[in-house]
Parts: sequence; structure tokens; C-alpha cells
Amino acid sequence: MLKNALMVVAATALLLAGCGGKPDQRVPKSADAVVGNDSGAAGSSGAGAAGAAGAEAGDAAGQGGASAPANVPRVIYFDFDSSEIRPEFVSVVAAHAKALARNASVRVRLEGHTDERGSPEYNIGLGERRAQAVKRALLLQGVADSQVTTVSYGEERPAVTGATEASWAKNRRVEFVYLN
Amino acid sequence: MMGHVLDKPVLAVLATLGLMLAALATTSVVRAELQIDITKGVSDPIPIAVVPFAAGGGGFDYAAVVQHDLDGSGRFRTMDRKAQRTQPTRAAEVVAADWHADGQDYVLVGRLTTGASAGIDCELVNALSGQSLGSRHVAIEAGNPRAAAHRISDFVYGMIIGTRGAFSTRVAYVAVDGAPPAQRFQLIVADADGENSQVVLESHQPIMSPAWSADGRWLAYVSFENHASAIIVQELRSGERRQVSARAGVNGAPAWSPDGKRLALTLSGSGGNLDIYVLDLGTQELTRITEDPAIDTEAAWSTDGTQLYFTSDRSGGPQIYRTDVASHQRVQRITFGSAYNARPRISPDGRLLALVSREGSDYRIAVQDLASGSVRVLTRGSLDESPSFAPNGMSLIYAWHGGERGSLATVAIDGLVSQQLKSDRGDVREPVWGPFPRSP
Repeated sequence: MLKNALMVVAATALLLAGCGGKPDQRVPKSADAVVGNDSGAAGSSGAGAAGAAGAEAGDAAGQGGASAPANVPRVIYFDFDSSEIRPEFVSVVAAHAKALARNASVRVRLEGHTDERGSPEYNIGLGERRAQAVKRALLLQGVADSQVTTVSYGEERPAVTGATEASWAKNRRVEFVYLN
Repeated sequence: MMGHVLDKPVLAVLATLGLMLAALATTSVVRAELQIDITKGVSDPIPIAVVPFAAGGGGFDYAAVVQHDLDGSGRFRTMDRKAQRTQPTRAAEVVAADWHADGQDYVLVGRLTTGASAGIDCELVNALSGQSLGSRHVAIEAGNPRAAAHRISDFVYGMIIGTRGAFSTRVAYVAVDGAPPAQRFQLIVADADGENSQVVLESHQPIMSPAWSADGRWLAYVSFENHASAIIVQELRSGERRQVSARAGVNGAPAWSPDGKRLALTLSGSGGNLDIYVLDLGTQELTRITEDPAIDTEAAWSTDGTQLYFTSDRSGGPQIYRTDVASHQRVQRITFGSAYNARPRISPDGRLLALVSREGSDYRIAVQDLASGSVRVLTRGSLDESPSFAPNGMSLIYAWHGGERGSLATVAIDGLVSQQLKSDRGDVREPVWGPFPRSP
């Protein structure tokens, strides 16, 4: 039993390594970085986003996903109940689009997430809608459909725990996971 | 109308990753146990004396479990054993006037029997009239003495309340521990009182949406292996797992038809549009039920299996809709009154719809009378979700959030009784109440 469990852990670790991302790289390092965006209102603050971007860029540098564009955040955040790409993340998505369009062999998985409020299965739908919104933006900028897959984890894989708006704001997100 | 937009069905039984996970699909030592606390009972619970059963030598205190069940229901108040002046084991020995003088309405007596019919014989006596209301013999299952006690509780509850008790049923739920992203997910099945918990599946990837088959033999659930969702059905006794849907995009929200032959499920295809489908488990034939650009998900069958209720945000926010399984041309909106109504479940008598409804910024469990449309909010939390009816329709189990941790709770559909089921560790969520056991 223990041996089996260890094998599974090892296999999971291999899979993760193969996907080019250490799990902890996905958590924004600076807890305060994205708090500025948690109002849920449409006109959210750019300063907070820049902070988040900085934290993510730091994480991305030198870790996995060899074909991921350097110094580009791999997580973008969403307003409550919205799948619209916020203005401050348009350039982030564009930077990913540019890198993907430049090299058709590069593949990315877009992982959509929601905060914990409401029904888990409906949240799977909302997370998928966020991932699809990012996918559409990539395709419009010349990325091939075959380069992009999506998965929605809904509220099942929070970046952080805690029933506060600050936590929820960090959990409403799409992550770019480079597969090669 | 067949799933033409979807990839070819993947019917691989125990695919490579399935095997990996199957290695963990065994009983684990470490598991989240639930503790029940009554948070609210009826204002005037029925007084009943449960007299310790005359022992047949086993030593297990069956009467204590019956007492725990009845008190836990919130509808009874059992008499302190130490206050019992006599401890009869047969109805004929019960001096009704004495028990009545001590404030009891009913007396339950019993004795263990040995030999060919090893079990418990019990009798329920009305303390006012002195008459026996009925007797019951229950067999004792080897290795699971609590089961016999739960059946006695079912008998008492049924005789006095007039509705079959649900003490012999089981619940399934998901337990999560560890900090993200290094979380561990367990699918657990336990007795309705939280005891006898068993880990059905353990994974480092999310496990979601457990659903019981009508005969209680199978669970369907969603698992995320290999960074994609898949719907698995698993036989509880053997542990046999079958992957029934691992199509591109979302595979979610499985719900067994009442006849156990079909699964309603949510699929998105690679285009990401969630719609409701019905999968025939025998033929693998897939029928598309809804076709709308909105999110359509969380299907629930009507009790007769002819209708599907589901959540859709086709009108903006999520609301509950209903469509006919056979024709599925017309879709009728069922809920109004709140901007967020999701996660439909239909009561066993077909009369009530349970759902998650937002009041202000709070997500709560509500029931809607399907005939009159009247809605009653049953809970007072802020993050209540995943309601599931007890098979006797008397109460709902649901998930709620108390600060950092997810917990479970039950609430009676009349709102008079509520319980908290606290886990000793980690987060617990997505409870689903199993069916009545088949008659022993």
C-alpha cells in the first residue's frame, strides 16, 4: 500500500515536471499584490495588477516550461462573475500570443479557476468560460487552435485559502501552463 | 442530436492513469471522521426511554447507538439511563404508569437472541396506554453491530413519526487536506451518523460531484487525472472503476437516472460550451439534451425519470430550468426571486426542489414547492452549498463554510432541526445522501 502510494506520488511528480511547472510557482508570492483588484467592480486598479505581474514574472524566471516567454506573468485575474480579460492583462495575453504564434510547436494549457462561492459544478462552467475567453484572445492573435487546450478546475484548486475577498480575488484566475 | 461536436468517446476501462489512481483506491488509515452536534432541535422533542437490551454476551451497547440516533434526529429526547427505575426487556414487563410518571411517552425494550435467529428482538410501548405499538427482530451483521442498532432506530422513528427513518443510510463526501496547491482529496463513504467511514478513492487531483446509483451499489464522480476532467463510476463493494466519459473539455455533474441505466452529465467539448447530455451506460449512446451557448449544468432527474432539472445562466445569472428527457424541445424556467439559484435536487416525493440561493451576498440552502412556487430559505450561513435530500425526504445534508474550513450540516425541510457534522481534520464538502438500503 505504502509502496503503491509512493509510486503514485513519484508518477505525479514526473507529470508535474513534464508539464514544466512546479506547483508552488502558481501562487502569487506577494499576498498584497492582487488585493487592489478585489473590489469586483469593472474599473479595477492597474497598480495591483502590476504588483501581481511582478511577483509572477519573478516566479516564472528560471523555472520549467522552457518555451514560456521570459518575464511574462503566467497568471491573470478576473473580476467577480466575469470572464472578461481585464484591461491591465491584455498586454500579458498579447505577450503569450506573440510567443505562441512565433513557434507553432509550443503548446499551452489554460487552467480556469473561480473563487469558492456558489455551486461547485456551476463554477466549473465559469472557470471554463474564463479559459475559453483567453483561448479566443490567443487565437485572434494568430495562435493555432492545436496549440491551446483548456481545463477548468472551478473552485477546486484555489491559489490561496480563506473566505475573504482578498483570497477570492487571487483565486479568480487563468493560469498559462506551458507543456513544452 | 448525438454528441457530434464531441471527440470520440473514450471508453477505456482503467486507462494508464486510471491504474495509477486505482493503486490508491483502497481503504486508507488516515481519514476524516465526522462528529455530529445538534445545533437546533424541535422545541418539544418526544420523550422516550431506551432501556439497555438484555445482553446475549456480545458486550456491544446497541441501545446506546439507538439513543444516539434518536437524540441526533432532534425530534426525540431520550431518558437518562441512570434515571430508569427498572430495566425491563419485554413489553409485558413494562409498568407503563411508572414510565409515564417519569415523563416518558414511549419505552423501547429489547433483548439479544442467539442461535439460528441471532439478533435483537425489540418492542415499543406507549407509556400512556401501556400498549405495545409493535415489535421488530433485526439480524446482527458480523463485523458491523451498529447496523442492527440503526435498523431499530428506523423502526422506532417510523412507528412514532410516521416516516421511514434514515439511520441505516450512508453518505458520501469529499475531504480535502493540505494547503494549496499540494492538496490531497479523498472520496469517503460513511454511515449517516459519520461512523464507519471508508476512503473510496484518494488522489492528489480534485475529486468532485459524487452521485449515488439508486441501488446504492455505485458512485459516479468527477476526477481530474492527467489535467483533465473525467467521469468515473465505481462499484463500492469491489472497488471496480470504469471511466465512462473523458471527452475533450468539461466532463462534469454526473447524475444517475432512477432506473440506474443512464447518467445525465455535463459536457463542453473543446469549444467550451457546457450542455446537458444523457449517456446510456449499457449502449454508450450519448443524447444531447440542451443546446444553448450558456452554461447548462448540474442536471437532476425527476423522481419518475422523465424530466431533468438543471442550472443554466441563459437568462444572465444562474437559474433552475426543466426539460423533458424524451423530447427536450421545450425548456421551462422554474426559479425566480433571486439572482442566483443553482444546484437543483428533487425530493423523494417529487414535490420539493432544493437549491442554492443567494440572499444579498450570502449563499444559502432553500427549498421551493414545485406546485406553488413558494420558496423557503432553510439555512443561515454565507457559503452554504451542495444540498442533498435524505432518502426519506425529511432533511437535507449540505456543505457550509465556517471560516477556514468546509464542514457538513443537515437541516430538516421544516427548518425545525439542524445538525453540524464536523470533521476532525481538513475540509469536507459535497455531501450526498445515499438511498435506503435494500431490505435485509
